[in-house]
Amino acid sequence: MDWLFFGEISLAGLAMGGLYALIALGFVIIYKATRVINFAIGEIMMFAAYLFLAFAGGMEMSPWVAVPLAVLGGALLGGVIEKTMIRPMLGESPISVVMVTIGIASILVGLVEMIWTSNPQLLPSFLPREPVFIGPMYLAPKIAYGFLIGMSVLVLYLLYFRFSRGGVALRATASDQAAAYSMGINVRRVFNLAWVFGSLAASVAGILVAATGGLSPQFGIIGLSVLVVVIVGGLDSILGALIAGVFIGWLETVAGAYLGGEYRMPATFAVLAVILVLKPYGLFGTHEIERV
Amino acid sequence: MRIGDAKQTYLADEAIWTSNTQKIWFALLLAALLAFPFMASSYLLYLGCLVGIAVISATGLNILTGYTGLISLGQAGFMGVGAYTVAWLSNNTALPFPVTLLAAGLLAAAVGILVGLPSLRVKGLYLAIATLAASVFLHFIFAEWEPVTGGMEGQSLQPAHLLGLEFRSDFAMYFIILPLAVLALLAAKNLFRTRVGRAFIAIRDRDISAEILGIPLLKYKLMSFALSSFYAGVAGGLFAYFYRVVTPESFPLSMSIFYLAAVIVGGMGNLLGGILGAAFMTLVPEALKLLTAVMTPIWPNAPVFMSPMLEIIFGALIVGFLIFEPHGLAEIWRRIRRFFHLWPFRS
Repeated sequence: MDWLFFGEISLAGLAMGGLYALIALGFVIIYKATRVINFAIGEIMMFAAYLFLAFAGGMEMSPWVAVPLAVLGGALLGGVIEKTMIRPMLGESPISVVMVTIGIASILVGLVEMIWTSNPQLLPSFLPREPVFIGPMYLAPKIAYGFLIGMSVLVLYLLYFRFSRGGVALRATASDQAAAYSMGINVRRVFNLAWVFGSLAASVAGILVAATGGLSPQFGIIGLSVLVVVIVGGLDSILGALIAGVFIGWLETVAGAYLGGEYRMPATFAVLAVILVLKPYGLFGTHEIERV
Repeated sequence: MRIGDAKQTYLADEAIWTSNTQKIWFALLLAALLAFPFMASSYLLYLGCLVGIAVISATGLNILTGYTGLISLGQAGFMGVGAYTVAWLSNNTALPFPVTLLAAGLLAAAVGILVGLPSLRVKGLYLAIATLAASVFLHFIFAEWEPVTGGMEGQSLQPAHLLGLEFRSDFAMYFIILPLAVLALLAAKNLFRTRVGRAFIAIRDRDISAEILGIPLLKYKLMSFALSSFYAGVAGGLFAYFYRVVTPESFPLSMSIFYLAAVIVGGMGNLLGGILGAAFMTLVPEALKLLTAVMTPIWPNAPVFMSPMLEIIFGALIVGFLIFEPHGLAEIWRRIRRFFHLWPFRS
């Protein structure tokens, strides 16, 4: 076995996993606060990445302007989706809400194809290009810097939730909606905030992933990998999302490198199946207790 | 105007045909469906066959999702199992189509039971994701198990045959699909008059209460999975005979979502809903194609926008129906009927 090759692949996988963790964080924020499983998260990422393409490629803005604008656009999209399409579904069965997000995903794909055609596109490069070496192991610069940016956003998020007013409101709503409401927290705004923040995290990750791998209307497939991540980690656990994100990213890349690209999805879904059978609520998820 | 009918026995309440009017309408509908292929153009006939296949599969999904409350993202995978079974049998044996279709249904049902096994421990969305995993594995098997499935290129198959007759054209296929669709619907209708079907509904309404009432959850959930995937397998087998080529890409995840959307748009937990939804969702793309053909002379770019438009309309239909008409087309149909029932007195 070639350990150097394995190391390099693992490193790339771990870096990719960091981005998965960031997306999964966005997913978990939305789930924790609003109990909505967001199947459209991959498409929100895609939309933000296309916005970046439009700003940086089409209008030739500097990446320093284009990235924040695109990320804000993605966050705004999340907020609008919540206000117009998720809010009316409040109190409906989870199945219906999931189907709404699937419908939203389809609408977003259609919009993107309409505006930017269905051809694959390359993002203008905005990350440094010097190769990165960790010891003897080479890591593609896009992936390395993507990982660094993703991680810093992730840390910012964690700090925000720990210390800021909005973050505390969000956590309070997640742990007990009625109590939060009676303590004067504007639960509706928190719902909206959760979608905005969740989409924001997804948008950052979307631009970074698209910068390494290119962009097409099929980009949203990545949402399926993220689904695996959050189920394995436990739907309502941020810690679980982080650990499972890194693990699934690593597994996917290693399986792709050693067994071939067609094994990527089955490998991660095999982990998913095992977890579902052994620990149905994920590694770190809260066990739901049903009372009749 | 029609006056309501008072039912005096449970038997009358349970009857499928409650009045002579209903029987007459149904006979007329059947006659129209039988006459359809003799009058329709080949394009309409093709659409008719597609709708028939979709109705069978959507009814199967309706049993699982609409009546038992178990959401499944694996319907396309089960259809694939059926289609590959039929393809393999038709290429390697000389069995007539009733046997191959039955085998397709049974094999799909077996796979369905396997997929349903986690349903004892997980439910709701976790179960949906378990079925999603199943469809990923099935797709992988279709693509990689080359000796049997033909790999990514898939395989073509012989036309359906029975007693020396070959069902090669759409016209001939229609006469396989229509009776099977009617049979599938009647079977489903009867299912919900039996103990099993009612157990399904009880599980949907509240699984814990159902268990306390003495319904073994695992057994009935698995039964629902088996029945639903049996329908899917038969529909998949018909799909294979209809196109006479099967590839892994014939059964993508979007197809599972299509059927879920059909059941939702039609009306969950309502057999009429499954029919209306399947027909509606199959015909919307065709209507859009027609519209594009009309628009092209005026607006030459129209064909470019057709496929994205389709995605948008598809999504908007799902979202719109769920928000504004959660009971689907069946509810609209019911409202229309009520309007005519009460017509001169209340409108």
